[in-house]
Amino acid sequence: MKSATIQHVQVIRFTLQRLLHTPVASLLNILVIGIALSLPVGGYVLLKNVQGLAEQTAGTPQISVFLAAGTSQEEITRISKELKEHAAIDHIEFVPRDLALKQLQLSTGLADVVGGLTQNPLPDAFVIYPVALDAPKLELLRDDLRSWPRFEHVQLDSAWAHKLQAILRFGRLAVLILAAMLSFALVAITFNTIRLQILTQRDEIEVAKLIGATNGFIRRPFLYFGLVQGLLGGATAWLIIACSLLLLNYNLAELAQLYASNFSLHHLTPGDSLALLGFSAYLGWLGAWLSVSQHLWQIEPK
Amino acid sequence: MIKFNQVYKRYPGGHEALRNLSFEIAEGEMVFLTGHSGAGKSTLLKLIAAIERPTSGSVVVKGQNIKSLKGGALPYLRRNLGLIFQDHKLLFDRNAFDNVMLPLQICGFDHRESAKRVRAALDKVGLLNREKANPIALSGGEQQRLCIARAIVNRPTILLADEPTGNLDTEYSGEIMNIFRSFHQVGVTLLVSTHDETILRQFPGRALALKHGELQP
Repeated sequence: MKSATIQHVQVIRFTLQRLLHTPVASLLNILVIGIALSLPVGGYVLLKNVQGLAEQTAGTPQISVFLAAGTSQEEITRISKELKEHAAIDHIEFVPRDLALKQLQLSTGLADVVGGLTQNPLPDAFVIYPVALDAPKLELLRDDLRSWPRFEHVQLDSAWAHKLQAILRFGRLAVLILAAMLSFALVAITFNTIRLQILTQRDEIEVAKLIGATNGFIRRPFLYFGLVQGLLGGATAWLIIACSLLLLNYNLAELAQLYASNFSLHHLTPGDSLALLGFSAYLGWLGAWLSVSQHLWQIEPK
Repeated sequence: MIKFNQVYKRYPGGHEALRNLSFEIAEGEMVFLTGHSGAGKSTLLKLIAAIERPTSGSVVVKGQNIKSLKGGALPYLRRNLGLIFQDHKLLFDRNAFDNVMLPLQICGFDHRESAKRVRAALDKVGLLNREKANPIALSGGEQQRLCIARAIVNRPTILLADEPTGNLDTEYSGEIMNIFRSFHQVGVTLLVSTHDETILRQFPGRALALKHGELQP
């Protein structure tokens, strides 16, 4: 047990030495793997962020009802009562036109524009929170409300969110396909690197076999090499994305300010980051394993 | 220790390297294998180390039949053997010390313990002061002795040497034969192939004479 641990430590040290022995080639390989991985992972990060934004903005679907101009206070009270008694409605919120104007003034930095208005152009509105949250029932409720008198405009706010969800699903699929293809590329890169290593170490492998090395012993340094190279490639991808996000967020801050939002892009969660490193290390190992099983048996002592 | 029974070895293409070989080598014996080049000496040694498999007949080494040996058991058989090659098969990407270290690394020895053993082996062949040298900087005789150090560092029970004095002058080959004799004295089984008649006269030991792949009486 002890000697096995020593062997593994020796092999890891040896692997790092080998990586450092050819710094340019190693760096290029790791960079290629990093870039290949950063494409799908970057796509994933963007999707996650957009999804987060969508959930934040449209957490629960709601229906906005804008009343026709000149609706009297009595009518509003009556409509409010009827809405509250409606079976499909959970609760409602009344937004008087003055409050709406104030909110607009506060929230979007359009104070100058709003201040220049001679009269309030906004209508009174109800925000309706439905009981059922699925799309068909919401649409049914929306159509029902549209037939009510004095309702100028009825808008189902979650409609765009549904569309966004569909687009996000499509995006996820695209990222998945990209990830599958580039994972294959990573395996291929490692396969080839290891193949070249095996060829240049032909003599060593032959001698090692002659003096009683098991196949496991001969295979181990190559597997570790693939593993470490994959791991470093994964770390590079993480760094590439981190740098890109830093740059994007810097520019996004200005844009977000214009929309009075503090939206910024978030990097991978610690769990996702670990998954990325684990996955890239596994792919490196797999490429090395395929290469070793393919080429090692061809080297037999004569 | 080593037992051949009606062994034939035919290479693809029809060349018959060994024909109907039967002999036995007891534990601790020192045996010379003689014959002209092409007589089958190297093939015979390769059969013992399971580098080649017999076409027919049986080769038994330390109770294990080479022919039916599984791939996984092969490395463990070879760890009992010290192989000394005519072409040395040293690695030129590391120094003498690391070359001798290789068998111990393979067996997973503790580093400090193996460093001691490596120095002992280098001392035995008189190369202790050259441990930092790259094998390519060593003379032919020194390379051969380094190959011996690598073969014995693991304390094998059987030493197989293929023409260990092949390219050396008499003085060097005398040194190397003295090293072999010291192993013989501590109970190692030795099988040394040579075409050098003077060695046979100088050293006691049984000789197996091969001619065209057959054992001469």
